Amino acid sequence: MTPASTDLTILALLSPFAAAAIAPVLTRYLKHNAAWLLAVVPALIFLQFATMIGPVSEGAKILPALHWVPSYGVDLSYLIDGLALTFALLISGIGTFIILYAGGYLKGHPQQGRFFSFLFLFMGAMLGVVTADNLITLFIYWELTSITSFLLIGFDHLRAASRRAALQALVVTGGGGLALLAGFVTIITVTGHMSLTELLSDPEALRGSEFYLPIFLLVLGGAFTKSAQFPFHFWLPNAMEAPTPVSAFLHSATMVKAGVYLLMRLHPVLGDTELWTTVLPLFGGATLLVGTILGMRQTDLKLMLAYTTVASLGLLVMLTGTSVNKALEGAVLYLLAHSLFKGALFMVAGTIDHEAGTRDITRLGGLRGAMPVTFVAASLAALSMCGLPPFIGFIAKEILYEGTLEVGSGLVVTAVAVLGNALMFAIAAAVVLKPFFGPKVETPKHAHEGPVLLFAGPVALSVTGLVAALLAHTTGELFVAPTLSSLLGEAAHVELHLVPAHVGMPLLLSLVTVALGVGFYLSLARVRGAIAGALTAIGWGPDKGFDQFVAGLVMIATAVTRGVQRGRMQTYMTAVFAITALSLLLPLALADGLPEMPSFPEFRFYEWGIFAIAVVGLAAVLTAANRLTAIVSLGIQGFAVALIFMLFGAPDLSFTQFMVETLSVVILALVMTRLDLTPADHRPFAAKVATAIIASAVGAGFMLTLMSITQRPFDTRLSEFFAEYSRVIAHGRNIVNVIIVDFRGFDTLGEIAVVVLTGLCVLALIRVRTRTTSEFDDGAGEEALAKPQDLSNRAVHAPVLEAKG
Amino acid sequence: METGLSVLIGLFFAVSVYLMLSRHLVRILLGIAILGNAVNLLIFTAGRLTREVPPLIPEHLYTLVTETANPLPQALVLTAIVISFSFFAFLLVLAFRAYQELGTDDANEMRVAEPEDDPLPPQGY
Repeated sequence: MTPASTDLTILALLSPFAAAAIAPVLTRYLKHNAAWLLAVVPALIFLQFATMIGPVSEGAKILPALHWVPSYGVDLSYLIDGLALTFALLISGIGTFIILYAGGYLKGHPQQGRFFSFLFLFMGAMLGVVTADNLITLFIYWELTSITSFLLIGFDHLRAASRRAALQALVVTGGGGLALLAGFVTIITVTGHMSLTELLSDPEALRGSEFYLPIFLLVLGGAFTKSAQFPFHFWLPNAMEAPTPVSAFLHSATMVKAGVYLLMRLHPVLGDTELWTTVLPLFGGATLLVGTILGMRQTDLKLMLAYTTVASLGLLVMLTGTSVNKALEGAVLYLLAHSLFKGALFMVAGTIDHEAGTRDITRLGGLRGAMPVTFVAASLAALSMCGLPPFIGFIAKEILYEGTLEVGSGLVVTAVAVLGNALMFAIAAAVVLKPFFGPKVETPKHAHEGPVLLFAGPVALSVTGLVAALLAHTTGELFVAPTLSSLLGEAAHVELHLVPAHVGMPLLLSLVTVALGVGFYLSLARVRGAIAGALTAIGWGPDKGFDQFVAGLVMIATAVTRGVQRGRMQTYMTAVFAITALSLLLPLALADGLPEMPSFPEFRFYEWGIFAIAVVGLAAVLTAANRLTAIVSLGIQGFAVALIFMLFGAPDLSFTQFMVETLSVVILALVMTRLDLTPADHRPFAAKVATAIIASAVGAGFMLTLMSITQRPFDTRLSEFFAEYSRVIAHGRNIVNVIIVDFRGFDTLGEIAVVVLTGLCVLALIRVRTRTTSEFDDGAGEEALAKPQDLSNRAVHAPVLEAKG
Repeated sequence: METGLSVLIGLFFAVSVYLMLSRHLVRILLGIAILGNAVNLLIFTAGRLTREVPPLIPEHLYTLVTETANPLPQALVLTAIVISFSFFAFLLVLAFRAYQELGTDDANEMRVAEPEDDPLPPQGY
């Protein structure tokens, strides 16, 4: 790959983020017509990727890269092979039409610019997911898609249902994302490979590892939540609260397939084990059936489509889980087909809603004449979804049946696939036949054809589904074969024909599917009633469970907060000091760090005297019954400390301590005389004893720790350094001063800043008058206010500021 | 020597913690003032004690030749004294203003931020 095209590719991958930044500005000036201009961005990205179709279909891997955080080995490196390219083309291609569609759908919406912005952010993130080579980069993009999905689902944030759906999607996919991160970290630790390229070139590294099971489960946790596999399927139908362009783009064509992408991407290294071929088909099959059955129950077009999306994702996971070549080929084809027809059908559902005012199929009918273009697009897409020729959906179904028949437990897998497909057939038929055929029903709005912005997307996607089938051979060569090669980890050959080469089991199964589907469609009303009855009988589902989970979480959080945060400072302080005492004493006792029994210290008589003064000062503070005694006693112990500094060779400290103590006593005296408070302790005796025990424990802890430290040898290197260089390089003889103003000058600068800041805070505290006091409307507060205070404030103010100087 | 001072420092800590565990602002303030002294003495003593000789380089010399007190803890403590003083001054004014506004010096009765009958947080979305 030439440097120029590397730059272009990286530019293409990052351009959606730039588009997200300019979209609101453009929309402000051009209104909904900005969509035409903005759609150029994904179109150009599509063209850039289209240039790679040739080389990639010949087996090349394109690896554009930029160093990002080299010290951690995190690179902005990309891997573009068949799988990545197919996804990238789908994202940018469908994205182009979604942008146009969003222009028409949210025409006149005050936040349309923001909406475009979110869509572009998502597009950039999703392109990143499918092209990222570095596992960490992949994870970051993965989480970005979850976040943008949250923003888009909650776009209409004034409705509680939107907020709930957004939060639910974020919690479920974000939780899965965490599992995925753990999985990736385990993969990196076990194999030492940070990039997919390295990982894929070492296919046995994971399968043979003893950590295979945890890695498998963690990766599945990410993939299953993102791709809405049972029992995590519930967030996807709820995500339909989002505006329809979002449902069409994120929640059918692209984002929800990220999980499938991940499984396909890691298939060469994780797949084809007994665990893989058991768990994936099991959950995939269950999701397929649950999705279609729940879909049959719905009458809302978007919800019907949403549940079939769940079902289709289940089908894809089931097929990926078989690890049979033919079934994997079917999965790739179905993936292509599904993105095209489901994207189109969602946009059709949105158009119907937009033009007719409802999406309920029981209130729609006979729109065929009023909306002919939409009708044609819907029919083409639905025929593909039904798996009828000559559409890509038909070829996909033929191949996947061929594949399921080859699986070990083929009968079960095939039966599940046939049943699921038949139910999807019925839903697809209902989605088109109910609104467009039959007698014309009066709708809330007078229905007519939507503008070109609305029908361009459905037409383009459904026609692509037809063309891809008509040019089956080319589709197979350019898209399916390279993608399949990525899944298998070796070159694959794919031969696709629109007309089945021979009449065999797959064609027969297709006929059975169609027959069953027609049967289901005809008995739709009865089936719907039966399912609704059964669901009411069960009464509980994961969706309700989510509500209970959130309510429980809030309750636990409240209880914990109430328990820990009692609003009593004494409780907090007691906890802090009890833990301080424990953390000082326990290590000493456990690690045998207790000091040796010291000999009786040898002090000179005046030293004893000063110690005695300090002790007397402390005792007097403790027992002081009035303010003045307390203040004076505080001064006594402070001056004793100053004398201790003096005796042990620290005259600077001594000076400072004298000044500070004097100032403290003066300020304290000034403030205390304004406060009519006694320093005496009025608590009951038992409370005093409990406090005394904790206080003694803290004191003993510090005492023993200090003894134990001073009994060990002392490392004097740092002090010697200062002593040696103080005069030589800093030209000062007072080493303490040199350290403060020179060696550690920045510390002193910080100290001065703290003092200045404290001074400002004091000033603010005094200056802020009692305007806000009326908010604390308790009688006591008013009483205190009533006192004349201006004088006292000035009195406190002056000395405090002086002290700062 | 260090041992003897350790006992004294333990006493300083015990007294300051005892005072801080009281409910009354005045006692808490006194405790904080003493805590500053306790910590400063702790740092000072941990750097080992030397009697009377300050860390000054004689006029005619370029490095220390005689045994002097350890300059490093002194530099640290010098900073700490000033910081703990400004901290004390701030707390003092804060306590004073709190008493003016709230009309109580009992920490347990200061419940403006966390009222006793605080309603539950919202349960919905």
